Amino acid sequence: MSVAESCLQRNAWICPEYVTTRQDILLDALAQHVYITFAAVAIGVLVAIPAALLARRTKWLELGVVGAATIAYTVPSLAMFALLLALGTGLNQNTVVIGLAIYSLAILLRNILTGLAQVPPDAVDAANGMGLTPARRVWSVELPLAVPAIVAGIRIATVSTVALVTVGALIGFGGMGNLIFQGLNSRFNAEVLTATVLTVVLALVLDGLLMLLQKQLTPWARGRAA
Amino acid sequence: MNDTIIGQTLAWLTDPANWSGAAGIPVRLGEHVLVSGVALVLATLVGLPIALVLGHLGRGGGLASAVANIGRAVPTLAILVILALSPAPFGITAPVTNTILALVLFAIPPILTNAYAGMRAVDADLVEAARGMGLTPSQVLFRVELPLAVPLVVAGLRIASGQVIATATIAAFIVGPGLGRFITAGLGTQDTAQFVGGAVLVALLAILVEVGFQLLQRAVAPVKEGRGVADVEEPVGAGRGLGAPAQDRRATMPSGRH
Repeated sequence: MSVAESCLQRNAWICPEYVTTRQDILLDALAQHVYITFAAVAIGVLVAIPAALLARRTKWLELGVVGAATIAYTVPSLAMFALLLALGTGLNQNTVVIGLAIYSLAILLRNILTGLAQVPPDAVDAANGMGLTPARRVWSVELPLAVPAIVAGIRIATVSTVALVTVGALIGFGGMGNLIFQGLNSRFNAEVLTATVLTVVLALVLDGLLMLLQKQLTPWARGRAA
Repeated sequence: MNDTIIGQTLAWLTDPANWSGAAGIPVRLGEHVLVSGVALVLATLVGLPIALVLGHLGRGGGLASAVANIGRAVPTLAILVILALSPAPFGITAPVTNTILALVLFAIPPILTNAYAGMRAVDADLVEAARGMGLTPSQVLFRVELPLAVPLVVAGLRIASGQVIATATIAAFIVGPGLGRFITAGLGTQDTAQFVGGAVLVALLAILVEVGFQLLQRAVAPVKEGRGVADVEEPVGAGRGLGAPAQDRRATMPSGRH
């Protein structure tokens, strides 16, 4: 027995046996992690685009929206979840999703407003000159030209959301964070490191996929330095 | 329902008993500010010189960008827990050491990338002119590039301070120092007033520091630019978009002059 003492018994940090024997736990945690990330970023995008289009119409509204987003973004995640609990979101997944959606929204609002502000005035003039309605101009000229900035925002929001989901372990809904927290309490090194590595890999994979998406969405930018 | 939570929280925040003792609000607040401040100073001592040298030489853009991405992708909770499970001088009995080291690690990326972006955004013609006037490389760095990069250096410190205060809160998971302890303890004992009170204190601290740095950033800006929206943290964070801040400036500067 002592000849081949397993890495689990040695409490090794790197332990393939942990991965093979705990597949179900890891996949469940991964599924929760992906779901929370996707839901939070999707809500952020769905709210941010109309909010940005509305906010840029007036200077004071834009300043107000950006100011509110900055303040919300400043609130540390642990405090955010605690405050949402006090507002009655409950000890469930929704609290984590809402909290992270607020951060995503804050990141995206700024990026979308920047992206829209950088649309060349000539393109807007041309669209107007061609007789496009304002709605059509926004949809077929301004938003497409702002896609790089919007996708850049989605990438930042996604990567930081993946990392922040772990803090949801505070209330038991932290995806990989649950395993990290559990590993802390039981001093289980392999559990902590495996969950950490998977979290980082998830962030990098999603970031890469979004980068490919941006290339698909902006064929005119191909071959040009981004 | 909410009224009672607000009432309870206010009662907790104003209860003199919570403002005294070894685990009172002043002690926890002091811990939070102290570990955050120490970490910010240490991270600046490490990150700023690297950024200035790389920025001056015009090298290492890939490195700065990679550091920014890794800093964003690695969960702060994971680093705190890994340190807590590591052998001495870290480990589960050294929560303060663990916390400070984790804070430094997460404060370096924003300081480094923003200072680097600030250095790179300096007009190449100005640097050329300074060289032409016979300034030595170090004079170019300290008299031309650094003063022009200061607003972004401060922006980096501002973003790092937010990161540090948030991470110091998460240190409560490893029973570390700071205000986060009220949140974890309050949740553990289902003491709503305590965890909401703790959350309010943390949020106020973070917002106050953010506003302070915003004001400082505005005070050190050499040119008043008409850009309330675009900040450098987003373009820098875009990963390979390290060139973006400069581009961003060029795009917005003319409109500022109108």
